[in-house]
Amino acid sequence: MKKLHLTMAGRRARNGYLFILPWFIGFVLFYVRSLYMTVQFSLNTLTVPPAGGYTLDFVGLQNYITAFTGHGTFKQTLVTSLSNMVIDVPLIIFFSLFVAMLLNRKMKCRGLVRAIFFLPVLLNSEAISGTLSYAAQMMAGGLSSTSAEMAEAASSGSAVNMQYFIALFGELALPTSVLDYVVGAVGRISDIIKASGVQIVLFIAALQSITPSMYEVAKIEGATGYETFWKVTFPMVMPHIITNTIYTIVDAFSRSDVVNLAYTTAFTEGNYGLSSAFSVISSVITCALLALVVWFMSKRTFYYN
Amino acid sequence: MKIMDKWLEFRNSPRFEDRKGAAVKKSKNLLLTVLQVILIVGISYVILSPVIGIVSQSFFSDSDSANPMVFTIPMNPTVERYVVSFQQLKYPATLASTLLYTIVNTLLQVFICSMVGYGFARFDFPGKKFFFACVVVMIVVPSHTIMLPQYMTFRSMELMRSTWPMYILSACGVGLRSGLFIYIFNQFFRGLPKEIEEAAFVDGAGTAYTYLCIMLVNAIPAVITVTVFSLVWQYNDMFYAKLFQIPNEALLARMLSTLQNNVAANLKIMSVRLQKLFVNAGVVLVMLPILLIYLVLQKRFVEGVERSGIVG
Repeated sequence: MKKLHLTMAGRRARNGYLFILPWFIGFVLFYVRSLYMTVQFSLNTLTVPPAGGYTLDFVGLQNYITAFTGHGTFKQTLVTSLSNMVIDVPLIIFFSLFVAMLLNRKMKCRGLVRAIFFLPVLLNSEAISGTLSYAAQMMAGGLSSTSAEMAEAASSGSAVNMQYFIALFGELALPTSVLDYVVGAVGRISDIIKASGVQIVLFIAALQSITPSMYEVAKIEGATGYETFWKVTFPMVMPHIITNTIYTIVDAFSRSDVVNLAYTTAFTEGNYGLSSAFSVISSVITCALLALVVWFMSKRTFYYN
Repeated sequence: MKIMDKWLEFRNSPRFEDRKGAAVKKSKNLLLTVLQVILIVGISYVILSPVIGIVSQSFFSDSDSANPMVFTIPMNPTVERYVVSFQQLKYPATLASTLLYTIVNTLLQVFICSMVGYGFARFDFPGKKFFFACVVVMIVVPSHTIMLPQYMTFRSMELMRSTWPMYILSACGVGLRSGLFIYIFNQFFRGLPKEIEEAAFVDGAGTAYTYLCIMLVNAIPAVITVTVFSLVWQYNDMFYAKLFQIPNEALLARMLSTLQNNVAANLKIMSVRLQKLFVNAGVVLVMLPILLIYLVLQKRFVEGVERSGIVG
């Protein structure tokens, strides 16, 4: 066998391929193939005999047409999920940036506070929340529930007295839409806090990576704290804001109702073709949204290095 | 009148301006600190209150839960909820298999993703940009898009109702959020100085040795970050567990979701209010191990994330 004579660069390239090989095999076998199959399934009617394997029946765009015109709840669920996402993502981003700046200041028991703020990530498990909400559901409408239990279940939802705040801000003559948004945000503060654990951690990392000399310069030039935030902190964390936005959108999407609908359509109703169509439509919309957001934000981003 | 004179003298001296500036600055700082403490305590309350509620309710006895006077602190605390949930969850066996599943997956993820991340960070080869774009696609496309084909694939391989599909996916670098982990490792390795490897090369270290014994050791912060994320997400994951129909007995998360019905069926407890107390105890039992693991890794983890340089 002839020995291969490679240059240094050639050998490095070969080693590089060797390093990414395991991922590449998995990517081709389980990812690209699966993406292709999803599109294929969505164009067919799928029959799955209990013995194993499956047969395809080409129906063209029928599943997509059904999704938009025939199916009872798909359009509604999709719009609700998307609008929830559009409302929640900016709130989560600003909240987590704010909290990260708060936690980045020197203070006592910083470790403990950071641990508390990371708790939601630990406890935000579908199993736990699902089990608890099932129990609450049983309380609210189960067979043996009494009226007292129902009252308890109904009142345990929100600890914030909404009416008071609405009346308070109503007198300021704010536009109703702004007011509604703020009131909605306050009502879901617990959800927003729960969803921003990872983002807070990432933002703290980002804030720590800003060189202190930047702040020194700002201070010497006489910038106020407000100016320092907008001229130094904000531009420097902008790339991280993009990363976090992508993460938040994908995360919000993966726990939205559309995913549940696709899951139940496939595994409870056995309508695999339609479920694939749901997946394809919702994924395309998410990716379009992501591309739009990233394009919009990266035009305004300053990259330090 | 002497005091008044002294005051006027001080008022007109330059020392007064200095003192005034210092006092304003000090009170400003104090105000900021107070505001910070209020905010942190408030948000911590929002985070902790459901946890406190769950923990306290899990100690309620039957009479406590029926008594409207009892709030948060039980009058006759009992550990009966824990004893029953412990048995119903088959806790020791389920916990052992859950930990095995979680840890094997995490080790595979850390090893494979760090390797791939290193490959992307340090080697130049044709098509690198394209392949890395593929990694980004893996992060961006939601994993549920490909759930059906994955189900079909592993069904035809007859690996359903076992933990094998997840191991295979993790080993191939396409497991639970592998794309993100590859990205983190790539980012971190790129930030390490090249001189380390050059020194290793001059001293005659091979590529595999350089990666395993030098670079991976230097990447400890990134390794810990990925380990924590992977452990937590894998432990809490229900999506893949449901998709591959991993048996209930193998995963705590799956057992927990059937706990209420099991308690109702096996112990003939029909009151939903009482069932809920058992569920609370079960939730605490499921949360506890991952909380302990996190507390052990926590100190190093926070530092790790800060130095792992996850940049967009």
